[in-house]
Amino acid sequence: MDGLHSWWEYVVGHGDDVLEATLEHAQITVVVVILATVFSVALGVCVQSRPTSKAIALAIASIFLTIPALALFALFIPLVGPGDNPAMMALFLYAILPILRNTVTGLDEVSPAVVESARGMGMSSAQRLWRVRLPLAWPLIMTGVRISTLLTVGIAAIAILVGGGGLGTFIQGGLTRLGLPNSVESVWVGTVFTVLLGLALDVVLSLVQRLTSSRGLRA
Amino acid sequence: MAGEPKIRLDHVSKIYQGAEGPAVAELTLDIDPGEILVLVGPSGCGKSTTLRLINRMIEPTSGRIYLDGDDVTDVNPDQLRRRIGYVIQQIGLFPHQTIAENVATVPKMLRWDRKRISTRVDELLELVGLDPRVYRDRYPKELSGGQAQRVGVARALGADPSIMLMDEPFGAIDPITRESLQNEFLRLQEELRKTIVFVTHDIDEAIKMGDRIAILGEQSVVHQADTPERILAYPVDDFVRSFIGAGTAMKGLAFERVGDLDLAPFDEGRNGDGKPVGTITADATLFEALEEMLRTADGKTVVVDESGRPAGVVELSHLSDALRTAQDEARRHYDELGAAS
Repeated sequence: MDGLHSWWEYVVGHGDDVLEATLEHAQITVVVVILATVFSVALGVCVQSRPTSKAIALAIASIFLTIPALALFALFIPLVGPGDNPAMMALFLYAILPILRNTVTGLDEVSPAVVESARGMGMSSAQRLWRVRLPLAWPLIMTGVRISTLLTVGIAAIAILVGGGGLGTFIQGGLTRLGLPNSVESVWVGTVFTVLLGLALDVVLSLVQRLTSSRGLRA
Repeated sequence: MAGEPKIRLDHVSKIYQGAEGPAVAELTLDIDPGEILVLVGPSGCGKSTTLRLINRMIEPTSGRIYLDGDDVTDVNPDQLRRRIGYVIQQIGLFPHQTIAENVATVPKMLRWDRKRISTRVDELLELVGLDPRVYRDRYPKELSGGQAQRVGVARALGADPSIMLMDEPFGAIDPITRESLQNEFLRLQEELRKTIVFVTHDIDEAIKMGDRIAILGEQSVVHQADTPERILAYPVDDFVRSFIGAGTAMKGLAFERVGDLDLAPFDEGRNGDGKPVGTITADATLFEALEEMLRTADGKTVVVDESGRPAGVVELSHLSDALRTAQDEARRHYDELGAAS
């Protein structure tokens, strides 16, 4: 109980800093996820009907996820210098796989009969994509976006190590001062607010998913 | 055969790379305005391919396709398809759109104004027997198979195309619903007079639906293209004979009505021998008369008028005469064709 009390005191005492770090963390995440969504959906649309390209794209996106985060973050420093930028680039690469995979699967699952009838009525390939295939794949694509968002929120906490901001500052700050007053509280603030941010973004996205998916597709 | 054909396939071939022979070889076929032409044949004969060549879902390797006399072999295929209704066995309704949105697909692409589209959707739903107030805002997943294909037909009729292509449209629907959809569709066609190309592998459906039937063999070679009556009475070769199967001459009896016969007079004494006497009305087909004879184990059946009074008698000899006449007529027809060419 004591721990919880002192943690809360710490949060209240550093209210502005916590809010600022949370917002920065959220901003990094949102920007990365938006860019990754646009990129991955476009890539998914391009490779979905080409088995070889599809396999290659998915393999590369999978490899990104296996590269240790710290190494990947640091890789970009020589290119763009320290700060949020190398972190966002690395996070972007991580965020690709879930969205790409779900885009491809979503498009694969569109019934051939539906596409055939769309073609038979004289829909051009662009119309088939925008009016039929993407709307049908959309619920699954949004599921991918939600997974990528959770992934990004979590990994973004180590952006501090390449000079970036966000809630990782509290974790890193606490860890370097471990044993000193308020160090554990600081680590917990970073951790708890990262989790809360992830949950909050997921709730928002599940609402977006619901509002942007057709009622006809609900189970 | 006066006037221009609505659809003309002129020496059309489709050759797939790497395939042994052509899928469709040098097919020439005319389809008249307002008729239902049924393409029927064993699976793999290329009948679906042939259908899909007409709206260029499959591009022909060689040959020309004409609609209303215009060569459409090289026009923009999307524009072409908006003028042609297309119905497939798997229906392919858009699951993310309401029934109204589905039916509005082609009018929307043609940029009709909203009010006109809305009126048209209601009109089409009523036409296929679905109450717009009930079904407009439903989604495809809420429909039965039969209802879904009604919507499929309504959607294909969206912008009132003069041509409909139907690929086994009732093939995946349970037999009872299929029967009623076939009947309704024929009734609809009385009104609409579309030019329809209809693919099926079921000869009975072909006989029922077709004004003409084209019996296709391997590579879409036309073995016989004619009215169902003539094909049943006079199959031109062994392929057609084996495809239409046993009892075909009898199926031909379904095309003639009792009322058109020169009936034998009804004789109270001869028919009052206590045996059950079958009765039918004048609008029954000869096939129904035959059934009635078999049921009562009697070589004749009594025709009654609306008030139930006997008007005459159909005898077995009427039926055999009818069969012979149909065969003679068909043979004469083909002899003339043979002499002409």
